[in-house]
Amino acid sequence: MTASRLPKGGRVDRAKTVRFTFDGKAYSGHPGDVLASALLANGITLFGRSFKYHRPRGVFAAGSDEPNALVTVLSGSVREPNVRATELEIYDGLVTASQNRFPSLEHDFMAVNQLAGPIFSAGFYYKTFMGPAIGPLRSTKVWMFFEKFIRRAAGLGKAGVTADPDHYERMNAFCDVLVVGTGPAGLLAAEAAAETGAQVIIAEERPIAGGSLLASVELIDGRNAAVWAREKAAALAALPNVRFLTRTSVWGYYDGNVLTAIEHVSDFKPNRTKGQARQRYWIIRTGKTILATGAFERPIVFPGNDCPGVMLADAVRRYAVEYGVATGNNVTLFTNNDSAYEAARALSQAGVNIVAIVDVRADVSGACIEIASSAGAELVLGHAVTGTHAGKTLSSITVQHFNAQTGHVSGTPREIKTDCLGVSGGWSPAIHLASQAGGKPEWDEDLQAFLPPEPNQNWVTAGSAAGYMDTVSVFSDGATKGSSSKAKPKLPSVDAPMFDASPAAVFQIEPAAKSQKAFVDFQHDVTADDIRLAYREGFHSVEHLKRYTTLGMATDQGKTSNIPGLAIMADARGITIPEAGTTRFRPPFTPVSFGAIAGERYGDLRPHRLTPMHDWHLANSAKTYEAGLWHRPMIYGSHGETVEQAYVREARAVRQSVGIVDVSTLGKIDIQGPDAGIFLDRVYTNMFSTLPVGKARYGLMLREDGIVYDDGTTWRLSETQFLMTTTTANAGNVMQHLEFYLDCIWPDLRVHLTSVTDVWAGTAVSGPKARAVLEACVTGTSVDNTTLPFMGIVYGSIGDVPVMICRLSFSGELAYEVYCGAGFGTQVWEALLEAGKPYDIMPYGLEALGTLRIEKGHVTGAEIDGRTTAHDLHLDWMLSKKKPYIGSAMKDRDGLADENRLSLVGLISLDNQSINGGSHIVSDATPREPADSFGHVTAACYSPALGKYIALALVKHGTSMIGNRAYATDLLRGKHGAVEIVSHHMFDPEGSRMHG
Amino acid sequence: MIIKCPYCGPRDVIEFTYQGDATRQRPDPASSDQAAWSAYVYDRANPMGSHREFWLHSGGCRQHLIITRDMATHVISSVGFARDAVASVKGGEHP
Ligand SMILES: [Zn+2]
Repeated sequence: MTASRLPKGGRVDRAKTVRFTFDGKAYSGHPGDVLASALLANGITLFGRSFKYHRPRGVFAAGSDEPNALVTVLSGSVREPNVRATELEIYDGLVTASQNRFPSLEHDFMAVNQLAGPIFSAGFYYKTFMGPAIGPLRSTKVWMFFEKFIRRAAGLGKAGVTADPDHYERMNAFCDVLVVGTGPAGLLAAEAAAETGAQVIIAEERPIAGGSLLASVELIDGRNAAVWAREKAAALAALPNVRFLTRTSVWGYYDGNVLTAIEHVSDFKPNRTKGQARQRYWIIRTGKTILATGAFERPIVFPGNDCPGVMLADAVRRYAVEYGVATGNNVTLFTNNDSAYEAARALSQAGVNIVAIVDVRADVSGACIEIASSAGAELVLGHAVTGTHAGKTLSSITVQHFNAQTGHVSGTPREIKTDCLGVSGGWSPAIHLASQAGGKPEWDEDLQAFLPPEPNQNWVTAGSAAGYMDTVSVFSDGATKGSSSKAKPKLPSVDAPMFDASPAAVFQIEPAAKSQKAFVDFQHDVTADDIRLAYREGFHSVEHLKRYTTLGMATDQGKTSNIPGLAIMADARGITIPEAGTTRFRPPFTPVSFGAIAGERYGDLRPHRLTPMHDWHLANSAKTYEAGLWHRPMIYGSHGETVEQAYVREARAVRQSVGIVDVSTLGKIDIQGPDAGIFLDRVYTNMFSTLPVGKARYGLMLREDGIVYDDGTTWRLSETQFLMTTTTANAGNVMQHLEFYLDCIWPDLRVHLTSVTDVWAGTAVSGPKARAVLEACVTGTSVDNTTLPFMGIVYGSIGDVPVMICRLSFSGELAYEVYCGAGFGTQVWEALLEAGKPYDIMPYGLEALGTLRIEKGHVTGAEIDGRTTAHDLHLDWMLSKKKPYIGSAMKDRDGLADENRLSLVGLISLDNQSINGGSHIVSDATPREPADSFGHVTAACYSPALGKYIALALVKHGTSMIGNRAYATDLLRGKHGAVEIVSHHMFDPEGSRMHG
Repeated sequence: MIIKCPYCGPRDVIEFTYQGDATRQRPDPASSDQAAWSAYVYDRANPMGSHREFWLHSGGCRQHLIITRDMATHVISSVGFARDAVASVKGGEHP
């Protein structure tokens, strides 16, 4: 293969030079070149090494279907692997490297793999390295040992390891009509759609519009086809209702006519302007989609078909016509259909020398014969290529007599000297996007190809994607599909010879004698023999074939290998291609970078929820931690205390005098309506419709399956209004739970819900001196035991801020929750601190809050863990027998009444050591593995009130175990200690303090 | 996937929360028929084809919708407020 730039032709700007490097060597090309055309123009024909055998490979195609010519683009410390050289536009300073070779492309050690050809056949890795099922080499250890060597030997480009410094954008777009592709069908469809006034988006994956017209030598309306396309595209782009996107590959078709695309915004430019995105990820919502995605030429599989110099016939034509590059001095074409003759006509006009046209068909039309003769090419009919001769690139081919009906090869081999062979095995409509949003593709005998399936979304295919293969009918189909009217559209005139689009049904050439490897999937090195082997080993279904041989699973998604692979399997099974089936195409159509999908969404994306008093906490040395999305004070640390010292000090202050804690994070739901009381009776296990106005009640919710869901206090503010509080963690879930029942189960209830969590700031004041603190600062109401009894509610003011005060206790002390408008939270908080000064009021954090509740045996999310029942938590007293409620029926299931269930107990350390949360409860005095666990610790602390390390635990036969000795064991953290099982009410079991 | 909320208009599926099978019938709340409750809580058909399901427009109007959707093609054939559909089934009466 001797590639070179032709003296003239192509759309490259020969007046300008672009400099780039490939594997460290400097080359130059012209604006308009892609890497493949520029390297070919420089005589470079070896582009990479193959995946498994490390065979030399050259460029095979001229677009997104390229399986071989993948390169890594390097820029500083950033590397982007597996970029198709056939699409990569060159720019000044572009640095590229070939892939999958060691140490260099020319001399590759791993090429010895091909000497061991037969053992690297389908399933080789699995069979050899997964190891025997029994014996000393059993299991995957063998695989694990070999894996790293195999991974190094087999693989495509390597990804970079440094952070990607580039910027990516996401864009949402909406339109009435999306046109994918700007070949002759796409242009006329878009024009017809735009004329109706519809909002139209046109997406073209290449830098310029035109599709097949770009490499056509036909005259459209008497003008050069590419020029006609450029003018048509410019006119469309100028319309106010048209958005024309180039370098934009539509790669996914999702439910609801949502399509995704990647626009290459600046990665083809030497310099990006500040802030300019490298790529833009489009999410396009469209009323209708016109898929004018064209067709892919497919190869014929024959022995020796993978050496550099063997290409698709259309690629040979496109390098010549579009880039002014001859891919060889003496080109041969090998075909089963007429399209190669169109290519020959174009090549001949571009000045490329054609030696011969080898056609598997015994007879061809007069037009074909005429083209061969005027191109000076020998027409070798009824023959097929049965071998190639190549060092690093092609030097000659062998042809033999071939019967297209029987597939039989015969006669004496004849050698033809040629340095480039263009192969055409017919054309397959590009149905990838259609298949993503449709049913099973339909086989067409005429085209020997799959046509688009029945759509299950609002799309149509147009042009060659719909199976129309000549420009005249493609124009007609495009204009019709784009228009909503039945009127016959006016079409451009086309000056071109008419060809038959129907190929001979020949997909592979299989000589009887032992011959060279015949490749089907170039990128994954899958040969025709691999497919036959898979068949013999029982992998008949297409899905099994794919997975066993990896056919079609490389980055090109089998664009060139799909149909030939299917044809070979069908042949082996003695069935037709549609009987063998086809695989469904899935996104992405072309590879998509992770950066583009992520866009600006990286790093910590969670919102941070801060209470109104957050700044005060920070200014007063609070150490915070995250509780869900909330940031909450853990302790107010100072004086070099440990966390334990700090919470012990805080908790002790609450029991001895008074403390305050920020409880603004509690979920709060405003429940209003005439049926609010009935609603709460159904939602809670206990009764709320009987709750007097101005009183609060502790409530328990179950799930429908009888398990405890959430707890909290709910306050009756008026006959028709309640304020429900939920646990901090469950606030959103409870809201959704209530909304579900109101909307879907009891729509007849006249109740309205509003989340008011962020509306109120809440402060709990707890301790024997709590009332004294309120008396010192609250005006407008008394807070004495008569006016504000346990579970009572009053309204007053602190300073000039209106407050609502409810007397309830989580700590077990005399305690109040003071609520005010969120904006006044800090003002009220500071006023309470000021009023508490005479009593050394102490702000306390979540650790002290937890300590106080563990001492009291109050449950939280650690015990309400989605597995416990009210009975397990000793909350049976809250289960009303007077009414049904959510979970009331299923709570009595046998499994939930099992006496072996875990239930809540307290633990007291007998060795004065702390108890780890999560420890298992065992009976062994010394650690043992595995331990026979009969429970676990849910929460633990040091109790200043008891002077001991204590814990809450869920233990089998909990209540009857009280008084027994057990051991809390934490094998992970090496902790094992004796504990006494006690009642969960460890401090002030009579509750006398909070009623005081 | 796009859901046409009858209140907010067509919105991306990201705004919605799936809330389960809308064909199940909650037993009489006072019933202690464990088999009926168990069927309501746990038993789900997995039809290939049309199915009715609850969706909450959690990132929008926060109304529950009943959507009829084809499980094979994901095509949505009808959307309505759950309140309307449930009320019409129950005649506005709660047992
Ligand atoms: Zn809505």
